[in-house]
Amino acid sequence: MLEIKGLSVSVAGKEILRDFNLSVGAGEVHAIMGPNGSGKSTLSYVLAGREGYDISAGSVLYRGQDLLALEPEMRAREGLFLAFQYPVEIPGVGSATFLKTAVNAIRKHRGEQEYDAMEFLKVVREKRDALGISEEMMRRALNVGFSGGEKKRNEVLQMSLLEPYLAVLDETDSGLDIDALKVAAHGINALRSPERAMIVITHYQRLLEYIVPDYVHVLADGRVVRSGGKELALELEEKGYGGLSGDAEAAA
Amino acid sequence: MAPVLNPSRSIALPYAAGFEACRADLPGRDLPWLVDGRAAAMARFSELGLPSQKVEEWKYSNLSALAKTDFTEPDRETIEVAREEVARRFAKRGETRRLVFVNGMLDGPLSDLAALPAGVRVLGLAEAMAGEGDLLKAQLDAAPACNGHALAALNAAFMADGCLVILEPDAELALDLLFVAAPSAGAAAYHPRISIAAGKLSRLTINERHAALGEHEYWSNPVTAISLGEGARVRHYKLQEESRRAWQTALTKARLAAGATYENFTVATGARFARNEVELVLAGAGASCELGGGFMLAGEQQVDNRLRVDHRAPECTSRQTYKGVLDDRAHGVFQGKTVVDQGAQKSDGNQLSRALLLSPNAVMDAKPELEIYADDVKCSHGATVGELDGEQLFYLRARGIDEATARGLLIAAFMADHLQSISDGRARDWLHGAVSEWLARHRLVGEG
Repeated sequence: MLEIKGLSVSVAGKEILRDFNLSVGAGEVHAIMGPNGSGKSTLSYVLAGREGYDISAGSVLYRGQDLLALEPEMRAREGLFLAFQYPVEIPGVGSATFLKTAVNAIRKHRGEQEYDAMEFLKVVREKRDALGISEEMMRRALNVGFSGGEKKRNEVLQMSLLEPYLAVLDETDSGLDIDALKVAAHGINALRSPERAMIVITHYQRLLEYIVPDYVHVLADGRVVRSGGKELALELEEKGYGGLSGDAEAAA
Repeated sequence: MAPVLNPSRSIALPYAAGFEACRADLPGRDLPWLVDGRAAAMARFSELGLPSQKVEEWKYSNLSALAKTDFTEPDRETIEVAREEVARRFAKRGETRRLVFVNGMLDGPLSDLAALPAGVRVLGLAEAMAGEGDLLKAQLDAAPACNGHALAALNAAFMADGCLVILEPDAELALDLLFVAAPSAGAAAYHPRISIAAGKLSRLTINERHAALGEHEYWSNPVTAISLGEGARVRHYKLQEESRRAWQTALTKARLAAGATYENFTVATGARFARNEVELVLAGAGASCELGGGFMLAGEQQVDNRLRVDHRAPECTSRQTYKGVLDDRAHGVFQGKTVVDQGAQKSDGNQLSRALLLSPNAVMDAKPELEIYADDVKCSHGATVGELDGEQLFYLRARGIDEATARGLLIAAFMADHLQSISDGRARDWLHGAVSEWLARHRLVGEG
């Protein structure tokens, strides 16, 4: 599914990811944990194709393609989805209009029939009911006036409508209370399948109680310093990231 | 120090000779006051000349190319040729009454004034010159004057057609005004005059559209003068989608009595150069006006919005909100001036200019000005110029939306909020449609 090799990325001359390696297979859920500033969000943005990142070395192979050569919209159409840590507010663009435009762009790319207004309403209603998103919210401008929890649920709704092969969830748990977290996690779990992979980026172990990963990687100073099974998350919870920075320096 | 030469504040013009040649053919030659009025207006224009950029109100616009163009008189025959195409391309919407002007001349067969409501009078200007001289004189005398305004003087000298709209107290009317430019031999210049009197507590909605059959060159110089009686409400919406080679210099003047409200919203996507000038006097206590504009320009187009609102009485409100989208080498101008007289206490005035630049070569000049002589007022102004938000663009693209569509969504969003301020639902939909159409067409043309 995804093969990241020797990826080095800098922002404004400062190196954020150094010789980063990660291999994700279909059906797998990988958690990437690490303290603030370790490069977690940079990884998610580089995968999604945001501008402003200088890639000095390495390669990213996604479903047999050179991911870094694709425009952001092509990455999305090829099935890569980034759930934003901070979903952007866009006044004047209606949530429903946005969703329909996005879903149909992707369906068209996949050679599927685009939804008309009625079909689309029906599909959205099913998905948003499961996430507790009201019809009224869909009538508002995209993310404008949404609470933190509503924004994150809206990200999960988009993910469930766009049906990606690879979902990158960037701190989807941040800003959520426990009930909202459960709803979001339930929505995400519903999308787990043998042909779909996920990268769950989080600072805390809490989310991983609900979205149980197959692998856990610890990111520090821009590289993976430890990898293991889901038990690694529990160990981090106990010992904190403090004990790992020494390992990182030893590895460097 | 070198001697300072007295700068020329105007551009010398050939129009006086043109006036001599055509004055005998202008309508209303049986009305001595009108004949004299035309001659006086021409003399005034000759004195003033076309404004140069040394005139403060014209500092952002250069009319020298206009001055060099040899314009011709509009020709009645062009109407006959164009009538069928106008009827087809500009089909009447619903039940609304409308007046259709082709090259500035009112056309009876295209117009429809069926069953005007009680207390409403609508007639063509040439028609009034021919048979309603006294009414016309009374109406023109009562309308806000255009002294010292060069282009309005030119209009007063040459005005050949237009309309009078008169609402008795409490009367109500919705009227569409369609101005179509049809190709003619040479570049035609025309000077329509619209004169509106809205009586006490009357309600008037004007939907005014300026369009062209093709991309030919012409000059349209309309003057609209409106007087609003106590508590009258006039909603005046305008779509300016002239030919991309056209000149339009439009002046709207209104005078509001106590408690009257005037709403103006202008969407401009056309013309090579368009001047959208609005001058209002809030003469009676509690009068209020909302002036809104949205301009969407590409290529070398320029739109110069110049507004002046005078608060002359207490407790009046005025808002000026203009938003522009500028691509390629387009040039937008906002010059808004609000003057609050000494006696106009508790005035509430607000000015806002916002522009979205889609190209590094696009230019926006914004000059909001407040001139306040009263001490108990609430006035504010602001101007912003920016580009599309990169974060928003990325968010849309990260959902599979191609860049051109994403840009279109964001540009439409920039205008959508603004169009919400239009009170009349039908006008809102109409102008919204014009904005969407511009976006669709502009994307086909491609980014600059």
